[in-house]
Amino acid sequence: MPPHLIASHLLRLDGARPALLGSRCCDCGEVYFPAARGCTRCCSTQIEPFDLGHHGRLWSWTVQDFCPKPPYDGVDNEADFRPYGVGYVELACGIKVESRLTLADPTRLRIGMAMELTLEAYRHDADGTAFHTYAFGPVHGEDAAA
Amino acid sequence: MNDDVAIIGIGMHPFGRTDGLSGLEQGAHAVRLALQDAGLTWDAVGVAYGGSQDAGNADALANLLGLTGTPFVNVANGCATGGSALASVVAAIRSGMAEIGVAVGFDKHPRGAFNARPKDWGLEDWYGATGLMLTTQFFALKTQRYLHEHALSDRALVLAAQRSFRNGALNPQAWRRRELSAAEIAESMPVNLPLRKYMFCSPAEGGAALVLCSAKAAHKYTRTPVLVKAALMRTRRHGSFEVFSPALAAEAAPAPTVFAARAAFEQAGVGPADIDVIQIQDTDSGSELIHMAENGFCEHGEQQRLLERGETDIGGRLPINTDGGCMANGEPVGASGLRQVIEVCTQLRGQAGARQVPGRPRLGYTHVYGAPGVSAVTILQAGDTA
Repeated sequence: MPPHLIASHLLRLDGARPALLGSRCCDCGEVYFPAARGCTRCCSTQIEPFDLGHHGRLWSWTVQDFCPKPPYDGVDNEADFRPYGVGYVELACGIKVESRLTLADPTRLRIGMAMELTLEAYRHDADGTAFHTYAFGPVHGEDAAA
Repeated sequence: MNDDVAIIGIGMHPFGRTDGLSGLEQGAHAVRLALQDAGLTWDAVGVAYGGSQDAGNADALANLLGLTGTPFVNVANGCATGGSALASVVAAIRSGMAEIGVAVGFDKHPRGAFNARPKDWGLEDWYGATGLMLTTQFFALKTQRYLHEHALSDRALVLAAQRSFRNGALNPQAWRRRELSAAEIAESMPVNLPLRKYMFCSPAEGGAALVLCSAKAAHKYTRTPVLVKAALMRTRRHGSFEVFSPALAAEAAPAPTVFAARAAFEQAGVGPADIDVIQIQDTDSGSELIHMAENGFCEHGEQQRLLERGETDIGGRLPINTDGGCMANGEPVGASGLRQVIEVCTQLRGQAGARQVPGRPRLGYTHVYGAPGVSAVTILQAGDTA
């Protein structure tokens, strides 16, 4: 069964690996995530879908150490909350995408480390249904070498 | 200048937590004190602008102050609410619309971090649901990158916070009046690393109000007018690193603060080196470091050295957040920008007591920054005393 995504328009799952989906301005080439309807750089409304890929480098990071209030819905009870990493990941085209990180250990996160896209089950319903969102984690081997 | 506008009355309801008193009532308290300071009553007011984020419509203040029929405009500009209200009153007086104007801000927030709704900010629901839509995260992510790019350490964050609480301890109106040691700050609970508990301000309650009139008429009402040499706000440009951004553009652009500061200095005909007392947005100590440079008071990366040398202290070359800033006063969003203006007026009048900047300060500066990328700046000058 395919994973249950909170927002299916953010990702493409038909290839060998998941890829982030954004958009690109047909006039000036500026790239957007999530997909935009207008270009805030040149004010054009000619926008095309754009595949952002699945690799990048960590550009900045933090750890979400307290349980956010709603609209965050990752847990129903504060007691179930576990800190999660948050960062901006710089992709090949230069855009930095904000993302949950699969790591939340400040001693293992560093600016510049290679990251790859994955899916993270950020919420589990009472009936066991997992809701997935996009996340970035260290490229296999990169973390161990760090 | 003949068309200068002057602040002739200031009033505040102390920031913090006041159980049993609504935000509106705290706003009305501030307006009454400001009118009293100017020797006026509410029926003299010809125009009013004001706002709050979480405590109701400012024009409902008329129910508490008097139903005089005066035009009262509600302002909803987030952290720039006070600055936008002030800029609007200045423009109204300058246009001849009214002789006496009031700018007011107040608020009363629930405890804990703000929880914004994605739709209010043009964002999709998943952004909030998955736990990415927090202002504290943004401040941490911007600070983390800034420390990295400009070779600053966590020590700079500790020093900035320590100075805020030190100044707050000198301010009888401050909410937090206890000095904190460097160790207490550095070892406090992580909130969003690199930022910890004692490096963040808290949402709070309070009210702040100003009474203004044309500078030509100011001496009818006060011996110590303060001239508004600039009061303006700017919004973000494409490419700047802003709160609530699911992505950042490949090519970076300066923050709205940079453009607001430049425009204000140009309008006032002065530069950063001319300013004697400074209030800048310190939602957290990382933002304060960044804002020191974005407003033009130092170079990027110079902050730690300035803090180590005490140059941002009350007796230093760049006295910053002399009343303890948001860190020691808390942040009632609607009132916060006007608190800064009131602190500068108090300093320029020479009435700041234990926290008075020495040497008769003549020019002051205030700066706020907030979601979704707005900044408001004022430059204030001591008027001639009667």
